[in-house]
Amino acid sequence: MLKSLIGALVPLLAAVVALAFGATMLLALGASPVEGFSAMFDGAFGSGSRIAATAVKATPLILVGAGITIAFRANVINIGGESQIIAGALLSTVVALSFPDLPTILLVPAVLLAGLVGGGILGAIPGALKAYASVNEILSTIMLNLVMVQFMNYLLRGPLIDPYEMEAGTRIPQTQRLSDNAMLPNLVDGTRLHLGVPVAILAAVGAYLLLWRTPTGFRLRAVGHSADAARASGMNVKRNITLALALSGSLAGIAGAILVFGSEGQRMVTDGSAAGFTGSAGFNGIVAALFGGLHPIWTIPSAMLFGALLTGATQLQRVLQVPAALAVALNGIIVIFVVSSTPVRGWIQRSLSEAGLFNRHNDTKTENPRHSRSEPGGLSDMPDPSEESGNV
Amino acid sequence: MNGITKAFPGVVANDSIDFDVRYGEVHTLLGENGAGKSTLVKILFGLYQSDEGSIRLRNDPMEITAPAEAISARIGMIHQHFMLVPTLTVAENVALGTASTRRPFTDLDLVSERVADISRQHGLAVDPSVEVRRLAVGERQRVEIVKALYRDVELLVLDEPTAVLTPGEVDDLFVILRRMADSGHGLIFISHKLREVMSLSDRITVLRNGRVVQTITPAETSTEELAQMMVGRSVNLAPDKPKREPGGVRLEVQGLTVQGDREEISVRQVDLLVRSGEILGVAGVSGNGQRELAEAIAGLRSVEAGGVVRLDGIDVTDRDVRARRDQGLGYISEERMKDGAIAEFTVGENLLLVEHGSKKFTRRGMLAFGAINKHCEKLVEDFGVKTPSVETPTSSLSGGNIQKVILARELSAKPKVLLACQPTRGVDIGATEYIHNLLIEQRDLGTATLLISEDLDEVLGLADRIAVMYEGRIVGIVPVEEARRNQIGLMMAGVPEQEARNSP
Repeated sequence: MLKSLIGALVPLLAAVVALAFGATMLLALGASPVEGFSAMFDGAFGSGSRIAATAVKATPLILVGAGITIAFRANVINIGGESQIIAGALLSTVVALSFPDLPTILLVPAVLLAGLVGGGILGAIPGALKAYASVNEILSTIMLNLVMVQFMNYLLRGPLIDPYEMEAGTRIPQTQRLSDNAMLPNLVDGTRLHLGVPVAILAAVGAYLLLWRTPTGFRLRAVGHSADAARASGMNVKRNITLALALSGSLAGIAGAILVFGSEGQRMVTDGSAAGFTGSAGFNGIVAALFGGLHPIWTIPSAMLFGALLTGATQLQRVLQVPAALAVALNGIIVIFVVSSTPVRGWIQRSLSEAGLFNRHNDTKTENPRHSRSEPGGLSDMPDPSEESGNV
Repeated sequence: MNGITKAFPGVVANDSIDFDVRYGEVHTLLGENGAGKSTLVKILFGLYQSDEGSIRLRNDPMEITAPAEAISARIGMIHQHFMLVPTLTVAENVALGTASTRRPFTDLDLVSERVADISRQHGLAVDPSVEVRRLAVGERQRVEIVKALYRDVELLVLDEPTAVLTPGEVDDLFVILRRMADSGHGLIFISHKLREVMSLSDRITVLRNGRVVQTITPAETSTEELAQMMVGRSVNLAPDKPKREPGGVRLEVQGLTVQGDREEISVRQVDLLVRSGEILGVAGVSGNGQRELAEAIAGLRSVEAGGVVRLDGIDVTDRDVRARRDQGLGYISEERMKDGAIAEFTVGENLLLVEHGSKKFTRRGMLAFGAINKHCEKLVEDFGVKTPSVETPTSSLSGGNIQKVILARELSAKPKVLLACQPTRGVDIGATEYIHNLLIEQRDLGTATLLISEDLDEVLGLADRIAVMYEGRIVGIVPVEEARRNQIGLMMAGVPEQEARNSP
């Protein structure tokens, strides 16, 4: 009991400390921390449309984050979320440009599928390189980010550029306005809540089911824990490593499609950087996943928190006239504190075990704290959600 | 050591243990895994602190709170896994961790001289200038002993020192240890091999569940009685094995040559046949190609051109593990926590590692937990796995129980060929007895078993024929009725079969 209490308390405490830091920064800027935080909260959750905006901001983070959990569970690391988002966005854009007249009922699934495929390909490449050529996936996924942003710039300045921009000579690197039929339908009038939000939530649930309820997920997790044991029991480790990164990338790819077809501009634009299009969701999704304990379901509230920081920042700026960069800094501080709280938590639990408070000792091995939780799904090693309850 | 008590949460590892060693004797600590042997010596060596009780050294009360204090009190410990740097010479290894007399420079010449002295004095035959990686296992152990003697230890703890040695090397080691005891050293010998314990010890202290069962001299007891004391009930050390006529060939290995991890040839031109209803034992000292042979048969290691592996008549040389398993291969790997089971997985998940994708356990692409749990619970029950539930993390089970989980998984697939590598390594006597009976039961069901073991008694007790492996080759294959212990021992050291047979 003590253990799960600490599990919940430590990240919560980390968040509180991070907020205290944020308060100090607000004070340094001559603003009231109480007003600042209430403005942020109000901006993120103050009304139906603000909650919707938060959810829309969280959507790519949920998708990337759920994908990250799949990769991490198979013990591969995917830092290529940015490239996979871009690939998904580009491929879905091409599909929408090619079949603008398809009815919504066909075109929306088609662009989402195209996003999935595009991201999947960009995940499978580093996956296959790792599995079959022992190329470090951290390196290859990061490098592919650089490649894909330039590829996007090239396509949007050249082959995919809006013909009107060429005519007018303005040459803004963007595609032409995409077909209305491809846009994600709005779910609640007067808000920005579009189909992408439930799609992301379904994808996260799907990732959970995949990992803990299917033979494929069983293999991915087995490979993640022990490639040797997986191989000896007849699993194809290389194929599973490739699959893990491909699945991870495909979820990021869907996020790319949603960024395009849920956008107000109804087109894909580049400002020359990756972040300009993705909002760094490819990286922040990793953070959301880590904050969610590398569990797809817990990635959802975790992503909502980061979405709230993003939307809250706008309001903060508006009300207190402090730079929005403060919110970005706050975001970073929370990340640092919470992520570094994981080892702290382990350390606290370990020292408590050594002090003899938990059932764990050396001679006859008993419980390993990391795996001693009760399992809701029968055969699974998923983390107990109660442990992450400090997130929301 | 008086009234030593050490409790870990949930378990009292040492319960008011009294233990003493006299200078000039070999005192054996005998007990199953978890009986408290290692806890006791770790307390002595300062790795753990006892909750109660006291330690006296030459009648002076001692407080040992760290290994450094134990070392300065002239207590030495030789671990099961050698603490040597392979790329350094013997003298350099010995000098490691000791202060040089010519700081900041080394005094390796001096060290070499003393090492040579010590090795002469104790009959150790160790050359100080040789790199440790060029030494055989038995020689490395002697280096460890030299290291201890160099530090002037008076009390030496040896943690299962014979696990890695050939029977011949064990004899040599015992001569050395005896000589050390006779020259006034106190030796604590930890083992669970009853035969060795009987031949070496002056006194034997049997531990069970953290308590001393009895301290006894070998003359007053027998191996059977010791086993009974260890386990707490009577044990059948030699499994009953009815005679059985083997059937058709199930596993055929021809001209198999395999590379090891460092791309050296580890298995050379091995030919083996295993028939249905027979156990072929492969005896040999660790590191003579047994692991590579097993991995090649399992499909985990590629073989050099020309080698052939046939399972039930089908050539599987180029097929992967999955295909071989589908062809009826069961595989109990040598290192159960490396490739036998996944520590972080639950017992149930490990039981499912091979068959998770089969139709029995899936419904519409999803795992069917109803059928799975039923299957796993039945296996846990049938194989007597001691676990709170199938959802318990495997890492919390004892070695013997994890091995039972692996056996349950492999045998429930009804293998035609069973590859059993070190099936009882690190497993307590009770579980060993159980596993041995299982293997014989499988044999009687018609499984062709290739048993690879470094425990010669195990091979002699279970196998119908014994193949001896040395430096990657099969030195000879002997039917168990004709096998003599010392003959097999000689073959394990590379003596050809014919010559070994003629030896006394």
